[in-house]
Amino acid sequence: MRPVLEIENLRVGFQDGTAAVRGVSLKVARGETHCLVGESGCGKSVTALSTMNLLARGAKRSADVMRFHDRDLTRLSDRDMARLRGDKMAMIFQEPMTSLNPAYTIGSQMAEVLERHRHVSRAKGLERAAELLGRVGITAPGMRLAQYPHQLSGGLRQRVMIAMALMCEPELLIADEPTTALDVTVQAQILRLLQELQRELGLALLLITHDLGIVARMAQRVSVMYAGQVVESGSAEALFHSPTHPYTRGLLACVPIPGKTPRDQPLGSIPGVVPRIGAGFAGCAFRDRCTHAVAACAGTIPRRTISTEHETICTMAAA
Amino acid sequence: MTARTLSTGLGIAIVGFILFVALAAGWLAPHDPFAQDLMKRMIPPSWMDGGSTEHWLGTDQLGRDYLSRLVYGARISLLIGTLTVVTSGTIGTTLGVVGGYFGGRTDDVVMFAITCRLAIPLILVALTVVALVGSSLTVVVLTLGLLLWERFAVVARTTTMQVRNLDYVAAARAAGASTPHILLKEILPNILTHLVVVATLEMALAILLEAALSFLGLGVPPPLPSWGLMIAEAKDYMFFSPWVIVVPGVALFVLVFGINLLGDGLRDLLGVSQRR
Amino acid sequence: MIEARDAYRHFSGRTGMFSADRVVRAVDGVSFNLAAGGVLGIVGESGCGKSTLGRMILGLLPPSAGDILVEGQSLAKLDRRERARLIQPIFQDPFSSLNPRQRIREIVGLPLAAQGSVSAAKQRAEVMDMLVRVGLPAEMAERYPAQLSGGQRQRVAIARALVLRPRIVVCDEPTSALDVSVQAQILNLLADLRRELGLTYIFISHNLAVVEHVATEVAVMYLGRFVEQAPSEELFARPRHPYTRALLESVLTAEPGIPISDVGLGDSYPDPANIPSGCRFHPRCPVATARCRTETPIGPRPGGRIAECHFAD
Repeated sequence: MRPVLEIENLRVGFQDGTAAVRGVSLKVARGETHCLVGESGCGKSVTALSTMNLLARGAKRSADVMRFHDRDLTRLSDRDMARLRGDKMAMIFQEPMTSLNPAYTIGSQMAEVLERHRHVSRAKGLERAAELLGRVGITAPGMRLAQYPHQLSGGLRQRVMIAMALMCEPELLIADEPTTALDVTVQAQILRLLQELQRELGLALLLITHDLGIVARMAQRVSVMYAGQVVESGSAEALFHSPTHPYTRGLLACVPIPGKTPRDQPLGSIPGVVPRIGAGFAGCAFRDRCTHAVAACAGTIPRRTISTEHETICTMAAA
Repeated sequence: MTARTLSTGLGIAIVGFILFVALAAGWLAPHDPFAQDLMKRMIPPSWMDGGSTEHWLGTDQLGRDYLSRLVYGARISLLIGTLTVVTSGTIGTTLGVVGGYFGGRTDDVVMFAITCRLAIPLILVALTVVALVGSSLTVVVLTLGLLLWERFAVVARTTTMQVRNLDYVAAARAAGASTPHILLKEILPNILTHLVVVATLEMALAILLEAALSFLGLGVPPPLPSWGLMIAEAKDYMFFSPWVIVVPGVALFVLVFGINLLGDGLRDLLGVSQRR
Repeated sequence: MIEARDAYRHFSGRTGMFSADRVVRAVDGVSFNLAAGGVLGIVGESGCGKSTLGRMILGLLPPSAGDILVEGQSLAKLDRRERARLIQPIFQDPFSSLNPRQRIREIVGLPLAAQGSVSAAKQRAEVMDMLVRVGLPAEMAERYPAQLSGGQRQRVAIARALVLRPRIVVCDEPTSALDVSVQAQILNLLADLRRELGLTYIFISHNLAVVEHVATEVAVMYLGRFVEQAPSEELFARPRHPYTRALLESVLTAEPGIPISDVGLGDSYPDPANIPSGCRFHPRCPVATARCRTETPIGPRPGGRIAECHFAD
């Protein structure tokens, strides 16, 4: 079955010469959660934004394939793209306070989405908004419609964001760090909600995060990004049970697991910092921090298949 | 080259030029600005009929060379602008920082002082002062300096309130730093960029106000070549010899315009460096 | 080493010159006793008051009631220099915890300079020594914070905190703003320094996995009080308060295949200006009864362990 979102060899560069994304490929199927995980500066947010064509002016984007169902996203006009955004492709962000307009009520913002895409009346829009607020677990939705964003807590605002993204029954939902700004108990609730909605609506979910815990619990497929590339990708099981790329392994060693990580020993860590990637950078971006680096790492790095759908780019033979 | 860089460059050029003129007045002015020659009154500028290159901008009603008066007038404008800003800046910043940092009652007092100041009409105060003490350069500088501090205070207070909650201020307190150290070394350097922008705008304002006061006879006394005074003295001759009023008017406009452009440019430049 | 006795901190909301009635009970009766060399982890979510408590322990915020004692002396009675020699902070945000207008050596040297009795030469020597200890190259001393990465800035913050060789370091979310790989580096550094310099830490965080790794003793804070406190292994193995249990269940470990559990805390969120009657957790508690609405479960429990719940056993 054709994936809902398919990207192959996406490249994004900015005006100052930084190559933020250098050949990213991924697929998200219907009803599947694909997590894009990496640390700050790896290009995961830029990947998401470029899918929705929301990059800053002056950014250059190119891809061999960038398809939503069978529509080529790179060839769509701005107008057509605007019609898709918020309708069949929706996105939610990290900071619900800045994603919601503080000057308008929740109801009017949500209804506007339906009015714009489906040309229905305000009343119909509000009706659907109330329905969705209830669906995301907000009690007394009628009252909430009349409230302003600042009157709600962070967790509630994020639920409103999710409800707003669902107004037009999207097929693809991109969530960029949706729970990073929330308390841990609220985070669990929001993620459960996303899972439920996904089961009900068959949503394809592209979830961007730096938190490996979220990846482990939410994802069916994972892509690990470093310095603009996907260094390892595969099913969640494969990635956590047999991590292959040295960066993935380093990352997993850094995260303490209560009850499992020994207390009096130092945590695994990755020495050094992420290098700055200009145009014309060659070789593996991780080689300065990798304990297994060899001379070949400065050249072209081959893509290796470890098992079905578990790939990595590394000069080492599969471990 | 963006429009912003161009306009900032223009601002720097204008202010720099006028500053140079003011400093080099002694060498640039062809005649003594106070020397009167009643035989040579109201000679038009060199590009009009009857003008000559001996008096490039003509003479005024008392036969004084206008170009020389203009050049020396630049000194007065810039001097007043700078001294006023230094005085009002010190007063306003001190009040604002103290109120913003300590909060509570102290802040209430500072806010009250600002509110009172905003309620005072500048011209009436100037009138009263002049009536009591007479007009002079010093009086103008003091009056303006002691009255134009409110924007400094407001900006200093707001920025101080933002900065005092930052972790590095807490870290300085935890490190055992004294309060004067915190105010001078931790807070002030970090609000300075905002205050510099206010300073350029207040300077433009001070120059304009001095011109207005001098125009009303409440500012710099004659025969000093303040541009405002020159405009005042010229108003009787406005329709017959327009250059007497146009020349200082244009000069004033250009200077204030330049200062504002400079202020805008500074705000952008410093704003960007703040965010990094 | 460090003790809190019934510390309270209430804020009254002032609106202009006429004070309003709103009282925010940020810290509402906290007591603990931490021995030298230990690490007290304080966990809690937003609104629980842990940052306010951190500031009180640092002596930056005087308690509205109660006392904080360090080695038997009341913190309030110490002058700023004595206090600085005993307790120092490391804050969360490496971007706002360093003065952007000062060089690294001035920043790290500030505690020494503030003592007023350390010669310039000695200050310089101590600063350079500290920079080496935290793993920064000597040339960093002349740079400005904007030229350093987040991890490097946090190391500078650590150097500043330790330059006076304090007894206690209050770490307020020291790694929450850092990438995971950098976080591990910094946590390892903190552990090493603690052993080398014989420090006592108070480690405030919302990240339970990190606290479990780092702390010897853990306190769970909710709406201004420690609702549970126990040695680290005890708390994680046998949590007694429903809130602690909910927190532990919400932690998403990097282990695939485990579903996300429903912690059942409901919609309402804690507001320190409106503390519920009876047990302060009852509106969100999955096992609350009528008794919880009226009776406050406060009181010392046998064995010194705190667990403020009617059904803790």
